[in-house]
Amino acid sequence: MSDAVLTIDNLTVSLPAWADRPHAVNGVSLQVMRKEILCVVGESGSGKSVMAKAILRLLPEPHVRVAGGRVIYEGQDLLALSADGIRVIRGGRIAMIFQEPMVALNPLMTVGRQTDEIIEVHTKLRPAERRKRIVEVFGDVRLPEPERMLASYPHELSGGQRQRVMIAMALALEPALIIADEPTTALDVTTQAQILKLLKELQAKHGTAIMFITHDFGVVAEIADRVAVMRQGVLVEHGRGKDILRHPQHDYTRALIAAVPSLVPRHTLRDARSGAPSLLSVSGLEKTFAGRGGAFSLGAQRVRAVAGVSLEVQKGRSLALVGESGSGKSTLARCIVGLERADKGAIRLEGTDIAGLSRAKLRPYRKALQMVFQDPFASLNPRWRVGDIIAQGPVVAGTPRKTALGEARELLRLVGLDPKAADRYPHEFSGGQRQRIGIARALAVKPKLIIADEPVSALDVSVQKQVLDLLDELRTTFDLSMLFITHDLRVAAHVCEEIAVMKDGAIVEQGSTAAIFARPQHAYTQALLASVPGRDWQTCT
Amino acid sequence: MGGGRLLRYVIRRLLQAIPVVLGVVVLNFLLLQLAPGDAATVLAGEAGGAPLEYIQQLRQRFGLDQPVLVQLALYIKNILVLDLGYSFRNASPVLPLILARLWPTLLLMGTTLLLSVAGGVLLGLLAAVWVRTWKDHVISFAAIIAYAMPLFWIGLMLILAFSIKLGWLPTSGMEDAAAFYEGWERVVDIAKHLVLPSITLALFYMALYARLMRATMLEQHGLDYVTTARAKGLTERQITVRHMVRNALLPVVTVAGVQIGGLLGGSVVVESVFAWPGLGQLAFQALFARDLNLLLGIFFISSCLVVAVNIVIDIVYLVLDPRIRVG
Repeated sequence: MSDAVLTIDNLTVSLPAWADRPHAVNGVSLQVMRKEILCVVGESGSGKSVMAKAILRLLPEPHVRVAGGRVIYEGQDLLALSADGIRVIRGGRIAMIFQEPMVALNPLMTVGRQTDEIIEVHTKLRPAERRKRIVEVFGDVRLPEPERMLASYPHELSGGQRQRVMIAMALALEPALIIADEPTTALDVTTQAQILKLLKELQAKHGTAIMFITHDFGVVAEIADRVAVMRQGVLVEHGRGKDILRHPQHDYTRALIAAVPSLVPRHTLRDARSGAPSLLSVSGLEKTFAGRGGAFSLGAQRVRAVAGVSLEVQKGRSLALVGESGSGKSTLARCIVGLERADKGAIRLEGTDIAGLSRAKLRPYRKALQMVFQDPFASLNPRWRVGDIIAQGPVVAGTPRKTALGEARELLRLVGLDPKAADRYPHEFSGGQRQRIGIARALAVKPKLIIADEPVSALDVSVQKQVLDLLDELRTTFDLSMLFITHDLRVAAHVCEEIAVMKDGAIVEQGSTAAIFARPQHAYTQALLASVPGRDWQTCT
Repeated sequence: MGGGRLLRYVIRRLLQAIPVVLGVVVLNFLLLQLAPGDAATVLAGEAGGAPLEYIQQLRQRFGLDQPVLVQLALYIKNILVLDLGYSFRNASPVLPLILARLWPTLLLMGTTLLLSVAGGVLLGLLAAVWVRTWKDHVISFAAIIAYAMPLFWIGLMLILAFSIKLGWLPTSGMEDAAAFYEGWERVVDIAKHLVLPSITLALFYMALYARLMRATMLEQHGLDYVTTARAKGLTERQITVRHMVRNALLPVVTVAGVQIGGLLGGSVVVESVFAWPGLGQLAFQALFARDLNLLLGIFFISSCLVVAVNIVIDIVYLVLDPRIRVG
């Protein structure tokens, strides 16, 4: 017991009257031990972030407020401290790292100054001494050229560098505990791997305890000493990391872990028809954006988003296009469906080149190519009924409205929703349900190829599994082919029998998923595979 | 930001402004041709009627008998060498006429701008700090009143209260012409005359800025970087002063750019109410006298002013927001 850095005792946080439940956190008791990484895992709405914020009293009061319980740090109840008392703790003894390093930093202040502030308010060090300390921690978190970094603004750094700055800030005063709220969720997988490694190293070096909040079991497997699983504001299970990952006791934990797609490549959907006819064949595709010159740049910058890409999707097959942010995978998809006009190259749909076609001439082919978008909240018109959203495609193509609406109901049933959903509006549905609506909309015009752009990356892991299973089912029912864009190798392995790895606008490696996972040839593919968090955990189970 | 780059930027913006100003000139010229009557008919009318030949003769002298496009070409040619033509009405070249009125207008505009931005930002800031207390309600209520009242009426009421009833401030004009003040005394005298018209002009925008500033400050409250600052252990005061104010100022600067354009137009009414000898009043007189040369000259100078101020605003933006440098 004496080894606990922080003890949360029966903490309850109440939500405002209009929320869907009375408590965000309900009677949670938890301890963070010295020199350990405690992972708090849960899906969205589990109350894990609210709990983290409650510890330092950062809740948006008065709407969300602590209704009961204690948070004990060094014998004092943080929740009972005066405003000045809690300020001494914040940043000085308990530091916090947030999810989105872009918005968590003040855009108008240099990162050096923002780090300086935390030392300034907590110590009596002189500016020169503070500066020395900042350069030291910037070096600690492996920021390149720490001296020069001091004068940089957040927008001048990459996402990974920004998160390193946040970590440097947290470390600046060597706090006893760091609370990290999804610190790697907004980062690319290779960057995430680096940050996780860094956190582990720093934790070992400084002996800081870390409370790490995440939704990703892969990350848990990577770093956790102990794990606490939360659901709907209640702690359902906690214990040693290995025990929970290998032998989860609670049904919910078991379901969550089972929902994580395994890295084992899938078997082919039907018997491998190697000679299947080509449905979509892209060759030598290029797209360059003439970036608008900034206020001071005299020449416009040019970005080669897609630099000579060739790929092929055979009938009935599904190809995963894997890459990190900025690799050009979404631009490629937008070129293929005709949302963006390619500069060069051919896009052959069953032999016809549709790359250079005018809008009018492209029209008959649009039906064959449909897209499912990433953000189910932004991609459905909020003022339209779901039925009309789905029926619009066929109606535009000439189907009578009544027939189209009837078909829409049938499609809703097929994607696992109540046909009555057709009369409701998108905001009445959850993220997973909306993504089902998005899929139904894409299917409405009976496409041959579905292009899915990160369709599950905005969803919780259990919902993600349902949507992936649905897509699999529909592929068989509708004899669909799929181009599946994702940054997540687990999802790619789960969904697609073929894979193409994209980096800086070019495809560096492509082939069958099984072959590439077993023997990645390109250095980047190897790095990507090595970066998947918790890659050893599932192969062991 | 290097000084050299800033200079290059300003030069580029100035070059870009040339076609804008010329466009304004052409447009104004053609629009004014649509208005019925010309200087010759007005002069003849004021003389109590004149024979047609005399009017024709006047037109010939003013160059009004030429085709419109020839007149336009001639006008643009003159403008390029800063010759704004001759005001027949005032029997004087246009440029000195305008320059004599320019500095009172600039004085009024500058004071108004300073007053509205400083006052509005401060009030908005205080309202946000005191949010949902009676002080916030008083500020917000006053802002709505100021926002809703027409300019000229505010002007008249202020004169009534402070000049006529209380006798603290002069009713009109820019200085006491009969007193012949010199040096410091003259400055004080002009400042006294400046109070009422600038408050009248500033009130509307002050209210707008107060509301805008309050809203953006409250919006910043929920943003992640503020939570970060709080998690660092900063006091609320430090968070407000160091972090939030500068972020909240950005939208105010944007609107201030728009305000300056509107100030010239709005000042016509206020200059009339307070008999302020500015450009607005001159424009008003020129319009009724069909003194097109003078009117066009005023438009030309005003558009130059607006363009120049916009460049200044953009530079302020650059200084405030480092993200703009990379565009």
